[in-house]
Amino acid sequence: MCLAIPALLLQRLEHEQGLIELGGIRKSISLALVPEAAAGDYVIVHVGHAIGLLDAEEAQRTLDIFAEIERFEELEPQPLAPTPPMQAAPRTREFTP
Amino acid sequence: MKDQTPPNASAEPGHATAAAAPKKNYVRPLDLRKGRIDMGHGSGGKAATQLVQELFLPELDNPWLRQNDDGARLELPGFDPAQGRLVMACDAHVVSPLFFPGGDLGSLAVHGTLNDVAMLGARPLYLSATFIIEEGFALADLQRIARSMGQAARAAGVPVVTADTKVVEQGKGDGVFISTTGVGVVAPGVHISGSQARVGDAILLSGSVGDHGVAVLSQRESLAFETQIESDSAALHTLVADMLAAAPGALHALRDPTRGGLATALNEIARQSGVGMMLQEAAIPVRPQVEAACELLGLDPLYVANEGKLVAICAPEAADALLAALRAHPLGRDAACIGVVQADPHQFVQMQTRFGGRRVVDWLSAEQLPRIC
Amino acid sequence: MKHIDEFRDGALARRIAARIAAAADPARNYSFMEFCGGHTHAISRYGVLELLPENVRMIHGPGCPVCVLPIGRIDLAIGLALQQRVILCTYGDTMRVPASEQLSLLKAKARGADIRMVYSAADALQLAQQNPAREVVFFAIGFETTTPPTALVIRDAQRLGLHNFSVLCCHVLTPSAITHILQSPEVRQYGTVPIDGFIGPAHVSIVIGSAPYAHFAEEYRKPVVIAGFEPLDVLQAIDMLLRQVNEGRAEVENEFTRAVTPHGNQAAQALVAQVFELRPSFEWRGLGEVPYSALKIRPTYAEFDAERSFGLDYRSVPDHKACECGAILRGVKKPTDCKIFGNVCTPENPIGSCMVSSEGACAAHYTYGRFRDIPLVAAAAEALPA
Repeated sequence: MCLAIPALLLQRLEHEQGLIELGGIRKSISLALVPEAAAGDYVIVHVGHAIGLLDAEEAQRTLDIFAEIERFEELEPQPLAPTPPMQAAPRTREFTP
Repeated sequence: MKDQTPPNASAEPGHATAAAAPKKNYVRPLDLRKGRIDMGHGSGGKAATQLVQELFLPELDNPWLRQNDDGARLELPGFDPAQGRLVMACDAHVVSPLFFPGGDLGSLAVHGTLNDVAMLGARPLYLSATFIIEEGFALADLQRIARSMGQAARAAGVPVVTADTKVVEQGKGDGVFISTTGVGVVAPGVHISGSQARVGDAILLSGSVGDHGVAVLSQRESLAFETQIESDSAALHTLVADMLAAAPGALHALRDPTRGGLATALNEIARQSGVGMMLQEAAIPVRPQVEAACELLGLDPLYVANEGKLVAICAPEAADALLAALRAHPLGRDAACIGVVQADPHQFVQMQTRFGGRRVVDWLSAEQLPRIC
Repeated sequence: MKHIDEFRDGALARRIAARIAAAADPARNYSFMEFCGGHTHAISRYGVLELLPENVRMIHGPGCPVCVLPIGRIDLAIGLALQQRVILCTYGDTMRVPASEQLSLLKAKARGADIRMVYSAADALQLAQQNPAREVVFFAIGFETTTPPTALVIRDAQRLGLHNFSVLCCHVLTPSAITHILQSPEVRQYGTVPIDGFIGPAHVSIVIGSAPYAHFAEEYRKPVVIAGFEPLDVLQAIDMLLRQVNEGRAEVENEFTRAVTPHGNQAAQALVAQVFELRPSFEWRGLGEVPYSALKIRPTYAEFDAERSFGLDYRSVPDHKACECGAILRGVKKPTDCKIFGNVCTPENPIGSCMVSSEGACAAHYTYGRFRDIPLVAAAAEALPA
C-alpha cells in the first residue's frame, strides 16, 4: 500500500516545506517528518510528505547485487521456465524512429 | 502461459475453456427509477457508455446512433453519395479549470469537435457553438475564451457559423459550458469506423499520451506542480488528410483518445470490431514530465486524457507510409507503431510490459482518481 | 526517473528470474504472501508472475487499507457528509467503495454531500482554515505510512487553534494483521499456515523499521524479506525468500536497504505516539475483529476526534454471503475460487473488499491477470504478414 516515490530535494523552504524534483516536475511538499533532510538528498514522498531518506549508496549497492548475477550467468546459463506456445507474442512491426 | 490454477481445477465462474464463449460479466443495469447521475457517468469509461446505451439510445433510437462512433455519416436528399457524404459530430466541454497551460475551454471546444469529424476521415467545414454561462461570470474571461475560439477556428480554416447563448443562475453552472457541433464531408470510398479494425492490422499512435489530463490536473490546487506541463490540444484534420492521401483505403479506424485515455479508445475499438490487441509498452511515447506526474499521483498515463492525438488502425502493409506521413506533420513528429490487432473472442487489449511481462490494459469503469496506495 | 527506472529494468529482471528458477526446488511448492497492496499492484502491472516458475505462487495479502475498511466505517463518513453537512475530505481511493444503501462517497456527492478529494491531509487542514463557518472532517485511512501525515495535521490544528476541524480516524497497523493471518483458523486445521514466507511492505517499513518483523520470524518460524516498491525489488525478495526456505532459515532480511533501517523514522513514530493510541479492537473487512490493530485519537486531542465530536456510533455491516474475501485475504483461497468472481463481482460492481481497490487480490487479478485463466487464440501470430 502506500504509493511513495523517491524524489530529489532541491531546496528547503519555509514552514517545514521543501521543493522536490522528479523527472522534470517540481512540487512543494512537507519535510516535517524528515527534519534532517538537506538539499541534494533524495526523499521518499507519500501523500505530499517526505517520510524517509533514500541512501544513494545503498541504492547502488542493491543494483550491483542484481547485476552480480551476470557473472553466474556467464558460467552456466539457467533456462527460464518453459513458455507455452500460446505466449509467443504476435510479432509487431518495428520501425526505426 | 503462467497459470496460477491447479491443473485439475473444475470449471468455475470466471474460468472459460478454450471452446466456451466468454462469460458474460454482470453489469448492474441503470436504476432508471431511483438512480442518479454521478461523476462516473461523465468520465468516458464503461459507466458513460452504459448511460448512452441504456438511457439515451432506447429513446432516441436510430441506425446512426446505433453505430456508436463519435459522429454520424449522413445522406442528403437529392445529393449523390458518390460525391461524398455529410458527417456531423457534437461535443460538450465542461473542463475545470477553464484556463490551463496550452489551452482553454474555447480552443478545446473547437479542437474537440473538429477532431470528432476528422476521426470519421472527413474534412470539417463548419462549426456551431452554444454557450451556457453562469450568472456572475466575468466578461473579461468570456472574451478570452471567445478570442481563443476564434483563433483556433481561423487557424483550422473552419468558421463558427452559428451560435447561441443562455445564462443560468449563479451556482448552476461551472462558469461556462460550451457545446459545439461540426459538419464535414467524407470522400466517397472512405469508410473509417471503430468497427473496421481487422486481425493483423497495425496500431499507430500520433504522439505522446497523458499531456492534456496532467496539464489540467496540475492546475487544481492540491495537485499543483511548479513545472508547466502543457495540454496537447490541437486540431487534427490536416494530419488526417495527409494520412488519407498517403494510404487511401488502408486506414480502417481512427479515434482521438480523449476522456479515458488511450486504453479506453483502444478498448472501444476492440469491442466495436470484435478483436483483441497486443501493445508494446516500450513503443508508447510518454513525456518524462507526464510520467513523473503520473507516478506522484498514482495515475496510469494510458488512462489520462489527450486532446491532440489520434490512434490509427491500418492495414499492416500501409503502416510505413502512414508513419512517414504522420512524422512529416508537426502534430505527428513522435508517431509510433505501438501494437497489432489480433484475434481474441474476449476482446482483450493486452500489453507486453517494458519489464518483459504481460498484462491486460482493461477498460476502466470510470475515471481514474489519484490514489494513496 | 532516478532511483525508479533502474529498478524496472527488464534485462536485470530476467537474470533474477533465472536465479529464482535455479533456486526453486522442483520437488515442492512455495507460497509467498506479499502483504502490501503496492506490491500486489507492482506484480500485476509489470507482469512479474510470468517470470516465476510454476511452483512459486504469490498470495495477495490484506495490505490494502481500502480493502480492509469495513462498510460500517464508510457509512460513518457518508453520514457525516449527508446528514451533518460537513465538508468531508478524503483520499481518492475511498470514493467508489460501495457502502450501505447502494451508496458510495461518490454517489453521496451526487446527492448533494460536500465531499472533496484531497491529495494530502494538509489540504484538508487548509480547507478548514479557508472555511471557518463550516465543519471540516478528514477521513483518515491507511497503514503506518499514511498515519504520520495525519498526526501532523492534528498537531498543527491544535497549534493553529482551529475549532472546525476533526479527523475520522481509521488508521490500521500492519504487524497485527500479519499476526492475525498467522493465527487464522486454518492454522488449527493444517497445523501451519499455507504460507512459506512474507514479502514485507516497503513504505510501512520506512516508518516502522525492520525490527518489528523479527517477532514473526521467531514466533511463527516464517521468513520475512522487506522489499522495495519496484518490480526488481520484488523479484529479488522472492529469490531471498526461496533461499531462506531451502536453507531452513526464518529470519528478517531487508532488500530495501536504500530506504529501510532497523528502527525506521523515529521522528514520525514519536509524532504518531503523541497523537494516537491503540484501540483494543477494530473490525477489518474480511478478517473480523482484530485486537490492537488500529489507532484512535488520544484524549488530549479529543476536540479533533470526529467520532467524539459528532457522537458517532459504529455499526458493523456484514459482507455478502457468497463473498470469499476473508479466505482470500488470509491466503487460503484464490480469487478464482470465489463463485461470484468475475461474473457478479467485478470492479464495476464490487461485492467484497478484495475487488474494491486496484490493490485488492480480486481486482488485481481481474484487471491485470484474468487473461491467464482463459486460453487465448493465437491465430494472429499466423495472420501477420511476413
